[in-house]
Amino acid sequence: MSDQLAALTTIFTEFYYWVTVVFMFLIHIGFCMYEVGASRRKNHMHTLMKNTMVIPLVTVTFFFFGWWIYFALPNGPGITGPLLDAPWAEPWNELMGAHMGGSIEGGMDAESTAYWARINGVFWAAFLLFSWTAASIISGAVIERIRSGSFWLAAVLVGSCTWIIDAAWGWHPNGWMVQVLGYHDAYASGVIHAIAGGAALALLIHLGPRIGKFRADGTPRNIAPQNPWLITIGLFLIYTGFWGFYVACNIPIFDVQEGDGVFFSATNIYLAPTTLSAITFNFLMSLSGGLLATYIVSRGDAFWTYSGGLCGVIGASAGNDLYHPIQAMLIGGIVPIICYKLHFWVERKFKIDDAVGAVAVHGYGGFLGVVIAGFMLWGYPASPFYDVTINPLGNFIGAIIMFFVLGFVPCYILGAILKGAGVLRIPQEIELVGLDLSEYAARYADEEALQQAEIEAARAAGLLR
Amino acid sequence: MSTGMFESWTGDVLQIGPLYPFVGSEMILVIVGVVCWIGWHIWQWRMESHNYHDDLATLKVNDNMTKALRGEKVLRSM
Repeated sequence: MSDQLAALTTIFTEFYYWVTVVFMFLIHIGFCMYEVGASRRKNHMHTLMKNTMVIPLVTVTFFFFGWWIYFALPNGPGITGPLLDAPWAEPWNELMGAHMGGSIEGGMDAESTAYWARINGVFWAAFLLFSWTAASIISGAVIERIRSGSFWLAAVLVGSCTWIIDAAWGWHPNGWMVQVLGYHDAYASGVIHAIAGGAALALLIHLGPRIGKFRADGTPRNIAPQNPWLITIGLFLIYTGFWGFYVACNIPIFDVQEGDGVFFSATNIYLAPTTLSAITFNFLMSLSGGLLATYIVSRGDAFWTYSGGLCGVIGASAGNDLYHPIQAMLIGGIVPIICYKLHFWVERKFKIDDAVGAVAVHGYGGFLGVVIAGFMLWGYPASPFYDVTINPLGNFIGAIIMFFVLGFVPCYILGAILKGAGVLRIPQEIELVGLDLSEYAARYADEEALQQAEIEAARAAGLLR
Repeated sequence: MSTGMFESWTGDVLQIGPLYPFVGSEMILVIVGVVCWIGWHIWQWRMESHNYHDDLATLKVNDNMTKALRGEKVLRSM
């Protein structure tokens, strides 16, 4: 930090990530509004609290072990190398707290320590907000019948374990999937959305549909959202937070010139050059493609049009550092149409009750986004550091790892254990009358008592005969 | 007396190191934190079970189930 350029670069980066974290907070607010709007009135408060408590639970566990996983597991371990040392990410390390820099135990020199002392907290928080998002995606799918305690175990599993393992493998400059497969997923189609969608699908299989969702002949009923306004505002907030998400996936200032000379640029998460302009073009064009396409395919349905806009961005995200804006628009339009059709086909065929379409929008959308990027960016360098190119097979295998291996399988096992123990789903009577029974019953009891006390006070004051 | 590692901002800033108090207690703090986290899950799990138990008991009283299904008031003291 003694050199002015180094100090400016570090402190700019520190501020940059801090801003992205504030923006990304809006994603969680949006998800909460969206879920509450999609739930029926009898379940509002429970639905809100189920998603709200993701914040503290994933935060503390991401502090305890999630952050370390990202830096320790890029090699597998055992696929391209051993478990790596990451002293700055160990929860007991001095750098996981307020620090000025200076050499520490473990061999980090004073300048490295000064850098991590400033970047560690904001970079941790940026990844943490991704973790909330992954867990929150699942939360929407399972509303109105999952037991909160069971959901929160799944939230910690995905938010602080499995998604960050996939990030270490496929969203790290030295991740083995990047080195071996040429995996490219710049804005997390697979590493956030596909894994969360796969995890949600696994839980939904064990959880079963809400009571009354399917008729006796197996055809689905539409459980209409209680508050469409809350849903649409929630999705607008998710869009807004998604800007922060995109920006947080970049390194803002980095010397990308190999060999002699210096050339500073923003990079993607793989430290390959891109620009904020590129991702701004493509974010908006893929959002537009999704909105335009799903407005038509859903016949103007607001819920699906908004969700389709989100799905459009997710579908193009894997390659949105490199696509042309019109390519982003077209991909952003095609992916949500497929996901929309798949959602209803899966619902009818397999009786999967995904209350908010999360598996379709995030799971199928993310999976397709990764696969499409493999074709669209075929032959592009996957990394500035390894002689490997982006290719369809590598990204297809990567999409399977994200959706099935790290998304579906761990949550399927957890769901089976919880279901076997009889604690995955709430009691049938509670589901019928609504999860907010305690809330309302207690409030009614107090209201009655308060009303009685007021009558007695009025009588004592001679206001009542 | 200081709970921190430094008592002045003068001198070589880079040598100040950690700013939080009780440096050296990090491992104990992590253990306490993990115990709190796991303890919270256990506490919450029991609390949620009790809530369902109480709700089910309330619904079995008189015609509370019918009233609750109709969205009418179902009283319960907490």
